[in-house]
Amino acid sequence: MKVLHKYLIALFVALLSACGGNSWNNPYPAADVDSNILYSAFAERPKHLDPVQSYSSNEIMFTAQVYEPPLQYHYLKRPYKLVPLSAIKMPVIKFFDKNGERLPDGVDNKKIAYTIYEISIRPGIRYQPHPAFARNNQGKFLYHDLTTKDLEEVYTLNDFHHTGTRELTAEDYVYEIKRLAHPRLHSPIFGLMSDYIVGLKEYSMTLKAAARLQSEKQGEGTYLDLKNYELDGAQVVDLYTYRIKIRGKYPQFMYWLAMPFFAPIPWEAERFYTQQGLAEKNITLDWYPVGTGPYMLTENNPNLVMVLEKNPNYHGETYPNEGTIEDLKLGLLADEGKQLPFISQIKFYRDKEGIPRWNKFLQGYYDASGIGSDSFDQAVQVTGRGEATVTEAMKNQGIRLETAVASSTYYVGFNMLDPIVGGFADSARKLRQAISIAVDYEEYVSIFANGRGIPAQGPIAPGIAGHRYGKEGINTVVYDWKNRKPRRKSIESARALLAEAGFPDGIDVKTSAPLVLYFDVTARGAEDKSELDWMRKQFQKLNIQLVVRSTDYNRFQDKIRKGNAQIFEWGWNADYPDPENFLFLLHGPQRKVGNDGENAANYDNPEYNNLFEKMKNMEDGSERKKLIDRMIRILRHDAPWLWGYHPMDYGLYHAWYKNVKPNRISHNNLKYHRIDANLREQKRKSWNKPVLWPVATLLIVLLISLVPAVVSYRRKERSIGIEYLRERGKNA
Amino acid sequence: MLNYIIRRIFYAIPILIGVNLITFTLFFVVNTPDDMARMHLGTKRVTPEAITKWKQERGYDKPLVFNTTEEGARKFIQTIFFEKSAAMFAFNFGRADDGRDISHEIKTRMLPSLAIALPVFFLGLVIHITFALVMVFFRATYIDFWGVVFCVALMSISSLFYIIGGQFLISKLWHLVPVSGFSDGLDAGKFLVLPVIIGVISGAGASTRWYRTIFLEEMGKDYVRTARAKGLPETLVLFRHVLRNALIPILTGAVVVIPLLFLGSLIAESFFGIPGLGSYTIDAINSQDFAVVRAMVFLGSFLYIIGLILTDISYTLVDPRIRLE
Repeated sequence: MKVLHKYLIALFVALLSACGGNSWNNPYPAADVDSNILYSAFAERPKHLDPVQSYSSNEIMFTAQVYEPPLQYHYLKRPYKLVPLSAIKMPVIKFFDKNGERLPDGVDNKKIAYTIYEISIRPGIRYQPHPAFARNNQGKFLYHDLTTKDLEEVYTLNDFHHTGTRELTAEDYVYEIKRLAHPRLHSPIFGLMSDYIVGLKEYSMTLKAAARLQSEKQGEGTYLDLKNYELDGAQVVDLYTYRIKIRGKYPQFMYWLAMPFFAPIPWEAERFYTQQGLAEKNITLDWYPVGTGPYMLTENNPNLVMVLEKNPNYHGETYPNEGTIEDLKLGLLADEGKQLPFISQIKFYRDKEGIPRWNKFLQGYYDASGIGSDSFDQAVQVTGRGEATVTEAMKNQGIRLETAVASSTYYVGFNMLDPIVGGFADSARKLRQAISIAVDYEEYVSIFANGRGIPAQGPIAPGIAGHRYGKEGINTVVYDWKNRKPRRKSIESARALLAEAGFPDGIDVKTSAPLVLYFDVTARGAEDKSELDWMRKQFQKLNIQLVVRSTDYNRFQDKIRKGNAQIFEWGWNADYPDPENFLFLLHGPQRKVGNDGENAANYDNPEYNNLFEKMKNMEDGSERKKLIDRMIRILRHDAPWLWGYHPMDYGLYHAWYKNVKPNRISHNNLKYHRIDANLREQKRKSWNKPVLWPVATLLIVLLISLVPAVVSYRRKERSIGIEYLRERGKNA
Repeated sequence: MLNYIIRRIFYAIPILIGVNLITFTLFFVVNTPDDMARMHLGTKRVTPEAITKWKQERGYDKPLVFNTTEEGARKFIQTIFFEKSAAMFAFNFGRADDGRDISHEIKTRMLPSLAIALPVFFLGLVIHITFALVMVFFRATYIDFWGVVFCVALMSISSLFYIIGGQFLISKLWHLVPVSGFSDGLDAGKFLVLPVIIGVISGAGASTRWYRTIFLEEMGKDYVRTARAKGLPETLVLFRHVLRNALIPILTGAVVVIPLLFLGSLIAESFFGIPGLGSYTIDAINSQDFAVVRAMVFLGSFLYIIGLILTDISYTLVDPRIRLE
């Protein structure tokens, strides 16, 4: 009994403490109240956090805060501008001919055999505390020769009690470039980079042979020390300077230098993680990054929570003091010159379903949220002037909407190898043009994307050099310029084109058979049926029958790869803000069929290909712009895609979340964000007061409903034999 | 009994091989190793060399079930099926496609799954049996009638509705517990209240009706009439005689699911953010991770067989007339 009393008292105290500072529905520990923590959610667990392998947006969300490549994008300036990050200044670029002679800047691109990027990094940058650097008094690494016994009590990286650090050197950058060719790693950009970085392909062979030899001698998975193998294309000049040598001229290479693929990796980390027994405990470089960035990953439980904490060894950076006039108006320059990062800890909780995520955002437990189609009407309203803004309910909560055009494009492609819709014959071209007019993307964006998109005039997304706005930017094959707006051409003009193509009113003049086209999509749920019905309706305007061929994602990809699709949906998120990153999607040598490239439509126009080859190596300027305009004109005329639309990102942010300027190009932005934790706590408390009366009512109703049962039971117990049966008989 | 149990365990081996073969066939009919590689490597800039390398590293470059390039038994051994299946019988599940150790994941995710499944199971059992007994006690009265109507109504509603409705009412409107999440230790309590309540309520309709049917069947038997004839109160008849005798069919349904509680719930774990095995399985199916799918199906089959053996053993405990030979 005494024990029971003890438990009851403990329970009472626990309940009292629960009723205290923290709201009952607060999912976070009581100790976190008022803390400078940013709360975010993720739906899909990241697969890779090793910068050489990671490529998805749900991975870069973490890696970009930890790893520091030499360059970064200016947070506020648009169009996007590269600025030094760990580099002391922008890379020095030198051109050389095939004999190794230095060429002057502005020389004819054809003469350039090699380009050398010389990068100098800032001295004094130190890595985050990590056991890989820990040394004993004799200067020997503490954890580089772990035994099975040492690992008995180790379950996570935090179980190593000692940590160390060291200064960042140029060799760490070279080491990472070498890792692109590591035989045990899968770098998605190895194929591309081996075409550019001198000797990378051969280096991969060398490492493969070395790894084979080593595994024969020492067993599988042992540490392969890349420092012992020289790579011609990446060389250390001195402690803080390194050079990257690439073939020909490739101006877009600068953008790659702002991605985590080119962030530094210390050899000690790889040496540490490749020890036997650590991978079995899921302690790998792919799961526990080691960087110099503003944050370090201190908890990696991708099933529940991932925590980024301020790196105590961070070299420091200040908030930018330049931006656009719009930024000034929005208060985005209020923190200029202040030390970064502002937030001490970022907690990413795994919430796979949209409904709980949305509810927690409304309760103030997530600081920002995307907008799902289910909650769109609850969150956003469109004003009379066509501007999207938050609803009154959101406004009352202090929630604001931030929008940005994504550097992406969603399109419908025609397979150019298809005998009906493909090729460069006049009939096929006119057929594609007619369909381009008929499929009304203004309507599509309004119905299926809640207005969150801009109908595309070509492949290049707004905000990227080469995209033209206004009258000069419209696709004259599909649009006319009327009342200072692009107006889709009439369906009659599409029908006229269709007739010229040899399909008057949707009938093939050669066979007199109705024109039937096939639309290949990935398997859809019932919710997408309306979208496919809409697409059928668009083709029906031209009397073309559209047959939807729905397959699973694997079969769909297979069809695209083999060129068996006729019309298909596809999309592209830009890697970097350069038109080349969109225009290469239609470059002939990069077609899917035969070449396994990214040109899914298999578009292969020699004139376009030549212009592309010229354009991609040019510096931005009027000359390049002219070339791009010509290329776009060719594309619009050939119409290998229905240009589709460029999506817009809509994000909701609570009043306490400051300094947000969303974009999809740069990802290391969390260091600029700021939280007013006191305001958040006040709001959370006022929004989440427990409502107890429904529970009390429910209990009372339950008790009342028991009364007849109790009465009936007592009557039954009191009654005896025949009297009871008689009673029951009467009731019956 | 020991002989019986050993025999049953040996019977389990061909069943597990069969289940493994079916899983393997179904998985590879839908996915080729190339598809798996593409799914893992992503859609951007994937080269054929990268796919070949991925397959080689994970042993997916071999033929599926028969290797014509090898001799003798190696024709069967040097195949994806043999290499991926043999180790599993030693409970070595290998690594997921993302490189994480599957056994480690199972160990860590089992507890969150149990944290929901056990209370739902035991509380559900007690509450549902109690409701069923109340309905039987008041049989042929309005309480019984409306009880059955209520049970049918509960059965007719999708479990997803209970989850979304529960989150809306209890978490969003009344602010009594967190919408979703999980934590270790005592803090886990606040996250478990809602999924447990929903788990018990959503299963109430079917279970209560099922137990009611069992009790009613027992109520019609001679020994009940004898007990009443002796003048025993109805409560005593129900709880001492009917409940005990109705335990055998209840055990059939209950004991068999006990081992499966480890596997968690697919939907509830996703909606409540519980990092359990149900959520792990769903993730693996979505990402076409054959290694994890195969391990979870194997584990499910194994635990089901264990459940059946436990059911047989429990028969002997509740009914002395039953002997396992």
